[in-house]
Amino acid sequence: MRGFLLNRLSQSLILLLIVSVIGFLVLNLLPGGPLAQFGLDPGMTQDDLDRLKEQLGLNRPLLMQYLDWAWRLLQGDWGHSFRDGAPVLAVIGRHVLATLLLMGTSTAIAIAIGTWIGIRGATHRYSLFDHLATVGAMVALSIPTFWFGLVGIYIFSLQLGWLPAGNMYTIGDGSVLNYLHHLILPSVVLSLVHVAIWSRYMRTATLDAISQDFVKTARAKGLSERRVIMKHVVGNALLPMITLAGVQLPSILTGALVTETVFTWPGMGRLFLDSLGYSDYPVVMGLLMFSAILVILGNLIADIAVAIVDPRIRLG
Amino acid sequence: MTALAANAGPSRWWRSRTVRRFTSHHLALLGVAMITLLTLACVFGPHLLPYDSLYIDLRARFSPPLTGDHYLGTDPLGRDVAARLFMAGRTSLLVAFFAMLLSTLIGTLVGVIAGYRGGWIGAALMRTVDGFLSFPSIFLLLALAAALKPSPAMVTVIVAVTSWMEVARIVEAEVRSLREREFVLAGRMLGLSGAHIMFREILPNAMGPIIVAATLTVAHAILLEAYISFLGYGIQPPLPSWGNMLEGAQQYLDSAPWLAIIPGAAITMAVTSFNFIGDGLRDALDVRDDRV
Repeated sequence: MRGFLLNRLSQSLILLLIVSVIGFLVLNLLPGGPLAQFGLDPGMTQDDLDRLKEQLGLNRPLLMQYLDWAWRLLQGDWGHSFRDGAPVLAVIGRHVLATLLLMGTSTAIAIAIGTWIGIRGATHRYSLFDHLATVGAMVALSIPTFWFGLVGIYIFSLQLGWLPAGNMYTIGDGSVLNYLHHLILPSVVLSLVHVAIWSRYMRTATLDAISQDFVKTARAKGLSERRVIMKHVVGNALLPMITLAGVQLPSILTGALVTETVFTWPGMGRLFLDSLGYSDYPVVMGLLMFSAILVILGNLIADIAVAIVDPRIRLG
Repeated sequence: MTALAANAGPSRWWRSRTVRRFTSHHLALLGVAMITLLTLACVFGPHLLPYDSLYIDLRARFSPPLTGDHYLGTDPLGRDVAARLFMAGRTSLLVAFFAMLLSTLIGTLVGVIAGYRGGWIGAALMRTVDGFLSFPSIFLLLALAAALKPSPAMVTVIVAVTSWMEVARIVEAEVRSLREREFVLAGRMLGLSGAHIMFREILPNAMGPIIVAATLTVAHAILLEAYISFLGYGIQPPLPSWGNMLEGAQQYLDSAPWLAIIPGAAITMAVTSFNFIGDGLRDALDVRDDRV
């Protein structure tokens, strides 16, 4: 386990290094580069900018600049928002929970429904249900999330009036029920694509598990088919799904950004777009790096979780 | 009998096993039919419709579909939605097609070199792939789109830059498994250059997975262009794209829902087609099933 942990940890650190290099390159691509936030200030003359460049060390070799930038990231100095001067990490911190709430809820929905569809498809292979699930998954993967959101708002908010069309809560009403009411539509919209992905992988994993010897043994013992499936097959089929949950993180974050835009949900996605609109590049860069770190961390946790649950990996 | 069949092979490619398998895949055929129809509509539609996509008719603003000659209604400026939809389709499909070409090129190049060379070069390349995959694609896409002026060509490039990794991974795995095969060893023994072996000997044998991945990349690219154009950072008006047709649609959702529903349906139709075709190709070309 220790060797596995060290190995996995060092992989994540290398990945972090690469991600920071990509991030630094994007930062230098931005109009005006790292100075962009000052260049927009009308009170700044070219002389001021040059002096600032000198002060911030922006005329040093790119490698030195990168090391300096990465070192400041490591120390938690992510710069200040151009809009209100607040530290970037604090600004992001104000929006993380909303995004995590949306992602968590929609992932739970995707896992519940996707697991069910996947298992049923595998145990009733080539049935009408299985075919419909296969085609349905491919269509679901083809629907743009934001458009699905618009259609959802049109049907459930505008036509039926059942669900709110946006925001996280009604101002003046902070009850849990009110939050839940606002959470339903965006999280269902966000979960669509992941129900599709999850059900396909779950179907494959279940089929893999069904063909294993221990399933034959369980059947030979005289266990009911239901018990064999629930206890022996599903348990083993769910294992690779933990890894999948980690791998899917970037796509869930991407989906969350788009969903948040449509539903005016006050998460990281909206913050990203708002910051982009205000050319608030420190926050944009912060979110870019923060989301990548979140993804790397998520994958690391998923892998460790699999190792804890599965002795074959822990010991092998 | 087998000799006969083999002789008949090259001249009658349409009878080959691959083609037969593809044509017996109903969804793939449906995909081909849908995308052909959509492409024909985008190519010829604007010439057949009574209105130009840029013609503004302020008296006919917000006409619902099937009002007079406005078969799909009009937008807030009174422009014909059908004409705009087909013009937008040209943009969206062309951007997606060229983004696919570019990202397949990058992905194949990286994948072949990483898979064949292996060692630290291979490791460095594949870790770079992992690095790019760690960013939520929309975040990276939007940051790049905001940094660079989003002309259609630039949108194509940045969509490609954020979607080549899947192809690279697939090609790398394929090339790595082909590297130790006899025909490659024979090539090395003959003294062929590394580049020759990589691109003339190994690459043709990895075409199946590349074709499948490329098809699915078109679907992915259509979605990505739609996302960033919807958010206002992709294709810029007055040039219509399916994504930017949806940009202002949300505020008219109550009064003019067709503005949101029609372009989205076109996107879904196009993406579904390519996903269906990709699925059919995967079966026909015997490519391992490791993607959804």
